[in-house]
Amino acid sequence: MNITTLVKQGILVVRVEGEMDMHLAEQFRNTVDAALETSGVKHMILSLKGVTFIDSSGVGVILGRYKKITALGGNLMIVNAKPQVARVLEVSGMLRIMKLYNSETEAVESL
Amino acid sequence: MTIKNHLKMSLTSNGENVGIARVTAATFAAQAELTLNDIEEIKVAISEAFSNAVIHGYKDMTGEVECEMILTDGMLEFTITDHGKGIADIDLARQPAYSSDPERMGLGFVFMDSFMDELFVESVVDQGTTVRMIKKLILEQAN
Repeated sequence: MNITTLVKQGILVVRVEGEMDMHLAEQFRNTVDAALETSGVKHMILSLKGVTFIDSSGVGVILGRYKKITALGGNLMIVNAKPQVARVLEVSGMLRIMKLYNSETEAVESL
Repeated sequence: MTIKNHLKMSLTSNGENVGIARVTAATFAAQAELTLNDIEEIKVAISEAFSNAVIHGYKDMTGEVECEMILTDGMLEFTITDHGKGIADIDLARQPAYSSDPERMGLGFVFMDSFMDELFVESVVDQGTTVRMIKKLILEQAN
């Protein structure tokens, strides 16, 4: 799994490539938590464009970041999820609290 | 029901092998007449069952996770077995949002249930758990 983080217009943008399962959940958690801490920003865009697989371990680690960000008054927006990834997010019930966006621009505009 | 193919493998209970198990299951499933969506669902279900064996079955121990796959003319059957701690209350473990670990979502069995047609769980405390999942194959109907 490859994770890149950058701050754009005061928003932390996290782009993930690979398969989000139990093996890589910890790497995601550590990288994102460190980036949130060092950047000090409130909002986060999570681009899943390069994610080809997700299971409950991946969903759980995203939900964990969502709770952390919203507790501080921020928002977490998921963009570019592939259909199979969006389906798993939907079955998990996560889309009841989080919205999917088609692009990073669309997510930024929603704020 | 005729067995068309059978595969049995045993993997060490580590996180790296979750990917190997689901990719093998997807390749095995590809022999049947299934949609890509069905294969994606099988990958998630196998990933959940294998992850449960690693995270809950063996926890801090290392053991073997056995995966058995059977293709018949009417279904695909996947069995994941560990020889770890076992589950004290299977009905409770299968509830949505139940997890013995507060860091996790407790969605493993929910995903297995949602993405497969049948799910059977057998477990004995301190002996291990066997999860058997079935995906039915829709036989082509004559016009």
